[in-house]
Amino acid sequence: MIIKKGVAASIGIAIGKAHIIKEDNILIKQKEIPKEKIKAEVKRFKDALDKTKKDLDKLKKKILTVLGRQHAKLIDVHHLILKDPLITKEVTKLIVEKGVNAEFALSRVLDKTGADFEKIEDEFFYERKHDLFDVGKKIILNLVRKEITTLDKLKEDVIVVAHNLYPSDTLHIRESHKVLGFCMDLGNKTSHTAIFAQSIGIPAVVGLSDISHQINQGDNLIIDGEQGVVIISPTEEVVKKYKEEKGRLCEEESYFQRLKGVPAVTRDGHKVTLMANIDSSSDMKDLKDLKTDGVGLFRTESLYMNRKSPPDIKEQKAAYLSVAKTVSKKTIIIRTADIGGDKVADLGIKGVKDEENPFMGLRGIRLFIKHPDMLRTQLKAIYRANVENNIKIMIPMVSSLSEIQFVKEVCSVVKNELASEGFIVENDPPLGIMVETPAAALTVDAFLNEIDFVSIGTNDLVQYVLAVDRMNPYVSELYDPYHPAVLRLINVVIQAAQKKGKHVSVCGEMASDPLAMTILIGLGVNSLSVPMKLYLRVKHKICSVSFEKISSMAQSVLGMGKSEEVKEAVLEALK
Amino acid sequence: MKITIKIQNTLGIHARPAGMIANTASEFECDVKIIKDSLEINAKSIMGIMMLAAGFGSEIEVVTNGKDEKEASVAINSLFEKKFDEE
Repeated sequence: MIIKKGVAASIGIAIGKAHIIKEDNILIKQKEIPKEKIKAEVKRFKDALDKTKKDLDKLKKKILTVLGRQHAKLIDVHHLILKDPLITKEVTKLIVEKGVNAEFALSRVLDKTGADFEKIEDEFFYERKHDLFDVGKKIILNLVRKEITTLDKLKEDVIVVAHNLYPSDTLHIRESHKVLGFCMDLGNKTSHTAIFAQSIGIPAVVGLSDISHQINQGDNLIIDGEQGVVIISPTEEVVKKYKEEKGRLCEEESYFQRLKGVPAVTRDGHKVTLMANIDSSSDMKDLKDLKTDGVGLFRTESLYMNRKSPPDIKEQKAAYLSVAKTVSKKTIIIRTADIGGDKVADLGIKGVKDEENPFMGLRGIRLFIKHPDMLRTQLKAIYRANVENNIKIMIPMVSSLSEIQFVKEVCSVVKNELASEGFIVENDPPLGIMVETPAAALTVDAFLNEIDFVSIGTNDLVQYVLAVDRMNPYVSELYDPYHPAVLRLINVVIQAAQKKGKHVSVCGEMASDPLAMTILIGLGVNSLSVPMKLYLRVKHKICSVSFEKISSMAQSVLGMGKSEEVKEAVLEALK
Repeated sequence: MKITIKIQNTLGIHARPAGMIANTASEFECDVKIIKDSLEINAKSIMGIMMLAAGFGSEIEVVTNGKDEKEASVAINSLFEKKFDEE
């Protein structure tokens, strides 16, 4: 039994068998090949060589046109390596004589040759081993590609183990309904995979640094999304303990069910508007069932994902209308698409590829200003969907006033266009911004002259205030929502909004953190918006605290210098 | 048969000459081995040849064994004599 501590990304307990998602650093396992299948295994290897040869030909053509003949010669060397008896003969010999799988045989030969190269003292020749590994990797990829069981084809329930999960993987996880939970090397509490896990309610532990190398396919695993722990090959005793704990969580969950429809009011009668975060794939039945105070954040970017062109007005309108109708009399805040450079290229629009630092790059409103047609389409769809007069529009990634003025201009253009099409916008949706850049936070008073409400997106705000890339495992532990700088800046926003009599909400991770949210409410935030799966849990927390106590605590933490002190003060106030 | 060759091209047997040797050796049926110091490799293997790390001025032995061993030996020797068309 091995216990690994990571970051708790999504609560819950999963017990099951590991399913490893292979990546560039492919885990190669030795497999015994039965005698009657050896011929087929050799053929599989030869096919992979053929495929690699074709890949190299294609690559050479590309290099010839882009870089010229001199560079294409490198590919000739690769072709020769591919034909090298070390690869063609030695690997085949290993497969036949030892009865092992092709990947394993190949990696053995590569390792051995690599080790021979290591002995060379002449750096020039020593460096040649990279060519060998480069070709070797190409062959291995062609071998495993055919073997990979994609997540959408899973036959039994599994726990997914990966170095990192990509949006396409999470899509498959959602569709497969076979993934009990997941753990991965990278990531932290606010990375997209964690948010994804929370939204579909499966336990997840991330930021485990090298777990994908420690777990083998089919290993028994326990994922404890509360403690942020992964247990590899647990003892029976531990499994039993966790099964009991899982039962207890289920009971707690059924207790929370009783809070549906009950207002979120503190013990001493302070009302908090508690809304839900959703995206276009959220289950409308679940949303209706929760009886929320509305939707505080409708992430529309999922409408734009995994497709070749942006969604048209009709499709967008249908998506917004179905949410607006589901929450009916309650508010729904639609955030215009917060998409970044690389995704846009997929959409067939000229964007920026491979930005050095996409979080500081062309995303959110910055992108829409460059492509106003996309903004116009989305606004048109929103206006047309506002039949219940319950929609508000929120603009992401705003950092200067001119951006919001631009949006307002586009709004009036769009309204005129709609009018000429015979559609009069009777219900003009309130306009707000997502406060996620320090610039917007510090000048929020100026913004509030132009807009109707603000919502603080703490995930990004924290990373911009602290200059910490939350995806970067080397610094992610510095990502700290309790940092006094963060809390003071949030207070600046709340104070400014209160002075102007405007609504301020929080829709980031902090809003559902059982400790941090008490500071937010204490500082005077009007509403919180949280993932649906955590909705009742947060409501339970709100109902159990005293507003008087947490507001005096909130004032006191503003004067503190260290996040440890802040946390202590919060715990003390909640006693 | 066995011949001894002194490497004359300034860059030594880097990737391109190694490729030429492997290509030429592969045209013949006989076994072709190259020995440098105590290391013996298959000359039909480009990786093997590069592993020799044979730089300018070093000495190697080319050993051919099989029915077309003479032709193979001559062909390979001429590659070295022409300094792999480099100079």
